[in-house]
Amino acid sequence: MRYFLKKLSSLIITLLVISLLSFAAFSVIPGDAALAKLGTDATPEAVEQLREKYGLDKPLPERYLKWLAGAVQGDFGASYRYSTKTVSELIASRLPVTVIMAVMSFIIIIGVSIPLGIIAAKYSHKPPDTVINVGSQVTMAIPSFFLGIIITYIFGIILNLFKAGDYISPQKDFWACVRYLIFPSIAVALPKIAMVVKYLRNSLLAEVNKDYVRTAYSKGNTKDQVFKKHIFRNALIPVITFVAMVAAEILAGSLVIEQVFGIKGMGNLLVTSISSRDYPVVQAAVIYITSVVVIINFAVDILYQLADPRVRYS
Amino acid sequence: MKKRNYYLIIGIIITVVILVFTIIGQFWTPYSVTATSSSLKSLAPSAQHLFGTDNLGRDIFSRVMNGCGTTFFVAVCTVAIGCAVGIVIGALTGFYGGMLDEVVMRINDIVLSFPSVLLALIFISFLGKGTYNVILALGVLFIPSFARIVRSEVIRYKSQEFVKSAQVMGASNLRIIFVHIIPNTKVSLLTSVAIGFNNAVLAEASMSYLGLGVQPPVPSLGRMLAEAQGYIVSAPWYAITTGIVIVLIILGFSLISEGLRVYQD
Repeated sequence: MRYFLKKLSSLIITLLVISLLSFAAFSVIPGDAALAKLGTDATPEAVEQLREKYGLDKPLPERYLKWLAGAVQGDFGASYRYSTKTVSELIASRLPVTVIMAVMSFIIIIGVSIPLGIIAAKYSHKPPDTVINVGSQVTMAIPSFFLGIIITYIFGIILNLFKAGDYISPQKDFWACVRYLIFPSIAVALPKIAMVVKYLRNSLLAEVNKDYVRTAYSKGNTKDQVFKKHIFRNALIPVITFVAMVAAEILAGSLVIEQVFGIKGMGNLLVTSISSRDYPVVQAAVIYITSVVVIINFAVDILYQLADPRVRYS
Repeated sequence: MKKRNYYLIIGIIITVVILVFTIIGQFWTPYSVTATSSSLKSLAPSAQHLFGTDNLGRDIFSRVMNGCGTTFFVAVCTVAIGCAVGIVIGALTGFYGGMLDEVVMRINDIVLSFPSVLLALIFISFLGKGTYNVILALGVLFIPSFARIVRSEVIRYKSQEFVKSAQVMGASNLRIIFVHIIPNTKVSLLTSVAIGFNNAVLAEASMSYLGLGVQPPVPSLGRMLAEAQGYIVSAPWYAITTGIVIVLIILGFSLISEGLRVYQD
């Protein structure tokens, strides 16, 4: 319980620090939002008026506290670019598709990489291992946007299995959206599969020669039992951290893949807001990404502690 | 008999070949990099135009040769920043330990736990678009990984005999760190430099693809791919050739780092 509270407090502190840092950073950028919105030839009075409307005339600490008070209640202010929408509305409309795609990619990653990792470790330095190794080395070298373009070309244009750019939001038609997201999810998953396979293989190979494995054999366990009950479980512990990082990355929004397939998710929102200097949205997106990373790390810490009691005392 | 290090050999061959083409491409290209021509629009690859031509009639091979220069330039600069600052931070925190070490390593862990392209994007949103801002953003982001490796190496070596004997001879701490310890870390450092290049090329291409990195008219592989995507039906070779070059550059560096790993320990 104390461990839990300690981790929880560090989670909250990290979030606060990052929110403060990003808030301060966006405030010192030359040329504020009012100026950006009205253009350089706006009258000083008009700029002053808009500044007042956004609250930009107040001192920084006051603005931060006000923002924080709103943020805690899920109110991140108004977007500069879409004058009719609040930041929260924008995020609420973009988040579902990112989450759906993350879940789909995650299922693909786990479903494919665990069997492949086991095969590679079982036949280490034999042909199946070499094939998997070379395959993952090459896959890792393909940038995700190129992979996306290749997938569009082969499956979309040559085989006509889906129509690129024909994105339907999940709010409109959930299943059509899921169908559209199959290929983008594969594009997101492939490079990650390569990494997880490599990681799992090395982790498994590191375990096989340990003493406890010999003990388990000497007790009369079969190869299968030793593998399932002892090696695999222990090898999985370091892999969890890695998989968690992958999960955080895909949940944070696959910027590039969303761009390639024209998906309107969190990644797309972040890129367009950065381009149009829509700082309240960027700020909220930063907080979202941070929260995802920090909360997943928190979950991993807790899981670890449950799986391996030694962690608590170190 | 020692097994041949195929990873390293193939990696070096790929990298050297591309590097040679890139260096030539900075001074001479078969066709102009920027001149457009309406009669040469979207030609398929042929003996005259190895990679074909793009939607404006520019020779893709020439543009790739020249564009690789931008990619390498960004990669070298970011790795240099990350490596130089990372070595200093890693060496000092590893050697002296204490409070400073605690704080710096905590920050390191936080930075490392974020997806790097996302962090770079957030940096870009502060700094603005453009080549030099991308270099700065990526360079800063690469510091933690170098710092962490150097730190663990310094800790490993600092209690060894040769360091003690240097101390007995009256060498200053700084001399011990940079003259005695750092040279011993070169294999691990080289491995991380290769991974760094790999990541830098990937990150630069992604940023330019998103339109936040290298700005036109400077040719950059990421930007070219972004353009090529619009012509995937009428000129698929544009995207495919450009993409394969990016893949080869990254593959070269990742094979080198994989090959170097054998020499660690």
